[in-house]
Amino acid sequence: MCLAVPVRIVSIAGDEAETEIAGVRRRVSIALTPEAKVGDYVLLHTGYAIGVVDEAEAEETLKLLQEIADLSEVH
Amino acid sequence: MKFIDEYQDSRLAKGLADQIARRSTRSIRLMEFCGGHTHAILRYGIRQLVPARVELRSGPGCPVCVTATADLDKAIALARLPGAIVTTFGDMMRVPGSASSLQQAKAEGADVRIVYSALDAIEMARANPEKEVIFVGIGFETTAPTIAASILKARREETTNFRVLSLNKLTPPVMKALLDSGEIQLDGIICPGHVSVVIGSAPYAFIPRDYGVACAISGFEPLDILLSVDRLVEQVEGGTPGVEIAYSRGVTADGNRKARELMDEVFEVGDANWRGIGIVPDSGLALREEYGRFDAEKAFPVSLQPPREPQGCRCGDVIRGTTTPSDCELFGKLCTPERPVGPCMVSSEGACAAYHQYGYPDISQGFESKT
Repeated sequence: MCLAVPVRIVSIAGDEAETEIAGVRRRVSIALTPEAKVGDYVLLHTGYAIGVVDEAEAEETLKLLQEIADLSEVH
Repeated sequence: MKFIDEYQDSRLAKGLADQIARRSTRSIRLMEFCGGHTHAILRYGIRQLVPARVELRSGPGCPVCVTATADLDKAIALARLPGAIVTTFGDMMRVPGSASSLQQAKAEGADVRIVYSALDAIEMARANPEKEVIFVGIGFETTAPTIAASILKARREETTNFRVLSLNKLTPPVMKALLDSGEIQLDGIICPGHVSVVIGSAPYAFIPRDYGVACAISGFEPLDILLSVDRLVEQVEGGTPGVEIAYSRGVTADGNRKARELMDEVFEVGDANWRGIGIVPDSGLALREEYGRFDAEKAFPVSLQPPREPQGCRCGDVIRGTTTPSDCELFGKLCTPERPVGPCMVSSEGACAAYHQYGYPDISQGFESKT
C-alpha cells in the first residue's frame, strides 16, 4: 500500500507529468509536488508523485555505504 | 532501475551486515512498523544477515490489516446498494468481513472493481453518470494526500457521483498507543519511509524523548533496511535514542508541506477503529463538513449488525507485535493465502502473508522454509 517507485519525469503539462521507468511510460499527477521538474525522479504512489528524489543525498548515502564496505574488508 | 538497483548491491550489504555484527553486543528488539518492510526483510534474507540477538518484529503498518471488521462490513454493505460501484485497492477484495467479503459480494452481483488510484474511481464516475462510484479510502499518510487531491479534483470538475468511505489512518498516534499499552517492549522502531516522505521526521520526536525508544526512517531496498538497523543498533548500544533519517534521498525533517496542506484542507483528525487495537484517539481522518457531499457514509447511511471476528485468528496480536504469525495455530494450516482467515494472510503487506511466502526464521531451530 505504501509502495512508491522512483520514476523519471519526461514532460510536464499543468499538474500532470509523463513519467518513465524501465521503458514503461505513465501519466501521473504532480499536484502534490509542484516543484518537480523535467528530468527529476519522483516517488510514484497510487497515481501521484508524493516526493522528489534528492539525487545528491542518494549519492551521499551510496558513498557512505562504499566506505562501510571498504572498512569491513580491512577488518 | 535507478535508485533501486544500487540499493541491492551484495558487497555493500555485507559491509553493513559486518558493521551491525561488530556494533551489536546484547539482545534488542526492533519493530518494523511497515508491512512493506516485513516483506522486504523476509524476501531479501535480511533476517539472516543480522545477528539473531537483534530481533525484528512486525508492526501494524498494513492498512488492509488494520481496517476494522466493522468498517469492512460497511464497505460490503455499500457495495450491495443498487446503483453503486464500489472501488478499492486490490488487497481489500478477499479480506473476510463478518459474513462475506467484497469478492463474495461481487460474485453475488454487486459491482466491485479494483483500482490503482482514486483518480481511476473519478474516471469511472464520469464514465458512469447514472451510478454512484464509492472509493474505499484506506491507507496512511502516504495515501491520504492522494485521496485529498482526488476529492479536490472531483470538486473542481463537478463530479457529483464520486464518494469516499474514509478509513485513512495516522501512524504516530498508533505508535504512541502501542508504546502506552506496555504490551511489548521495544528498543527501536524502523519507521515507515513513504509515510515519512509526507510527514517528515519531526512527528516521531516524542518516541525517543518520552519512551527512550530509538527511531530510524527507512527506505524499502535491502541496503536501506540494513542501514536503518545499523543506525538503530548504534543508538541503542550507545544509549542515545533519537530520530535518524536513513532514507535521505526521499525524506526530510519537514516532509512534503504541499501534501499535508491538501490533506488538512479536505480531512479533519478524529478517532479511528484499528483491528486488534480498538479506538485510538486522533488516529483517523474524516472528511471535513465542507466536503460532506463526497462522504459515502453521509450520502448512504447503512445499518449493520455488530461485527463478528474470525474465530481463532490472531491477526490483532500480529498487528500489535505481541505475537509472530508462526505462533498462530491457524497459520499455514487452516489459514493460507488461498483460504485466508484474516487480513494479515491476504494483504501483500500482511505479516502472515510474508511469513508464508518467504518462510520464517525460528531462532531455536535455524531458518525454516515454508512447508
